[in-house]
Amino acid sequence: MNAFVRMLTHELRLALRGGGDVLTLVLFFVIVGAIVPFAIGPDQALLARIAPGIVWIAAFLAMLLGLERLFRPDYEDGSLILLRHAALPFSLTVAAKIAAHWLVSALPLIIASPILAMLLAMDGEAFWRSILSLLLGTPALAAFGAVGAAVTVSIRRGGLIAPILIAPLSIPVLIFGVGAITGQQAQAAMLFLAALSLMALALAPFAAALAISSAED
Amino acid sequence: MSIDTAPKQSWWNRIAHPGQFVRWTQPLLWPLTAITVALFLVGLWFALFNSPQDYQMGDTVRIMYVHVPNAWLSQFVYGTMAVSALGTLVWRHPMADVSMKAAAPLGALFTALALFTGALWGRPTWGTFWEWDGRMTSTLVLLFIYLGIIALWRAFDDQLRAARIVAVFTLVGAINIPIIKFSVDWWSTLHQPASVFRADGPRMPPSILTPLMVMFAAFTFLFVVLQLKAMHTEIKRRRIATLQRRVAQGQPA
Repeated sequence: MNAFVRMLTHELRLALRGGGDVLTLVLFFVIVGAIVPFAIGPDQALLARIAPGIVWIAAFLAMLLGLERLFRPDYEDGSLILLRHAALPFSLTVAAKIAAHWLVSALPLIIASPILAMLLAMDGEAFWRSILSLLLGTPALAAFGAVGAAVTVSIRRGGLIAPILIAPLSIPVLIFGVGAITGQQAQAAMLFLAALSLMALALAPFAAALAISSAED
Repeated sequence: MSIDTAPKQSWWNRIAHPGQFVRWTQPLLWPLTAITVALFLVGLWFALFNSPQDYQMGDTVRIMYVHVPNAWLSQFVYGTMAVSALGTLVWRHPMADVSMKAAAPLGALFTALALFTGALWGRPTWGTFWEWDGRMTSTLVLLFIYLGIIALWRAFDDQLRAARIVAVFTLVGAINIPIIKFSVDWWSTLHQPASVFRADGPRMPPSILTPLMVMFAAFTFLFVVLQLKAMHTEIKRRRIATLQRRVAQGQPA
């Protein structure tokens, strides 16, 4: 456990000291959300209706953008090989990386989401629901993203392929995420979202670790 | 007394050798092709000439005889790929790699055909090529997964290393496909009530069921033939790649 926490803090420190990466992701998230009204017109009622979908799409895209730094830098400088032979089981290392990924590229988005809520004319209830659904759903996006990043880590232009692998897997997260905000069965969607996140978090570290190990054999 | 230490060669180990595999399955290819052709002839004759029109849809109901088998294969091929992926990861069986790689484009093809014939059928009966109905949507997502897997295969230079990585992703996809299907059904029924078409509408009389079953068998045999042929081709392709590498290194081929 100690090693896991140390791995996590190490990852966080790397991410936070690496220049404005976190802020850039937040900026991207807000800009994607803010660009939609330009494409569909400034009708407040329409914007309020589709706001949950826009917020989720923006979060999904921003998290895809953050994936590149999950394994690739460590793969390129060779530290992934060392981590594989460390005392900490490799799947736990991957789990620590996923947790760090969530903390630096999902949590800031959720903190910044009031800006989007305001721009997109969300009402109070939809806003709180969207915060809750993002909190419950983004761990699953981080987990699926980690699988996609792990599978493509040894491909030179893996950044291009990872999104098309991850997007189909993320469809349930988007469905239940938006359903938890607007749907008639919001309660059920919320629970499904939580179940999805728990399952993805339980399985993704092993799948990602296996994929990385296979890439290096 | 001598102890027999020679490794036991089961058929499972024997077909792990690409040459042996080709030698064993080559003689099967022509008989299987003949069965496929015969089944298609019988099935198409039934479907086109010897089955009744639907009292609502008329002759367009005959699209069903190609649409439903394609839809069935779109899932069956993914099952084949998932089993092959297990073979790659658990037993490191070389032919499982080849089978997994050969199946991906076939699966994508059958899925695309299912969507295409579905659109052709949907236009005259529902009045639209596309509807965001649960079944259609999950088939579309399945097509995206197939295409992603093909893209992943093509991105690797070293196909031997690629196999294990693609296998991991194929299994992740296999776990996710039921979840996607469930979520899409939930989503679609939420947005529009299930007034749209359900395949389980009318009970099927034998006059429709017989040609459908024959076409099922025909398409499944078609897949088996194409899969075997694609595996042979892939084995040859790898052999050529090895030879080219040897020549490039200045060794005798």
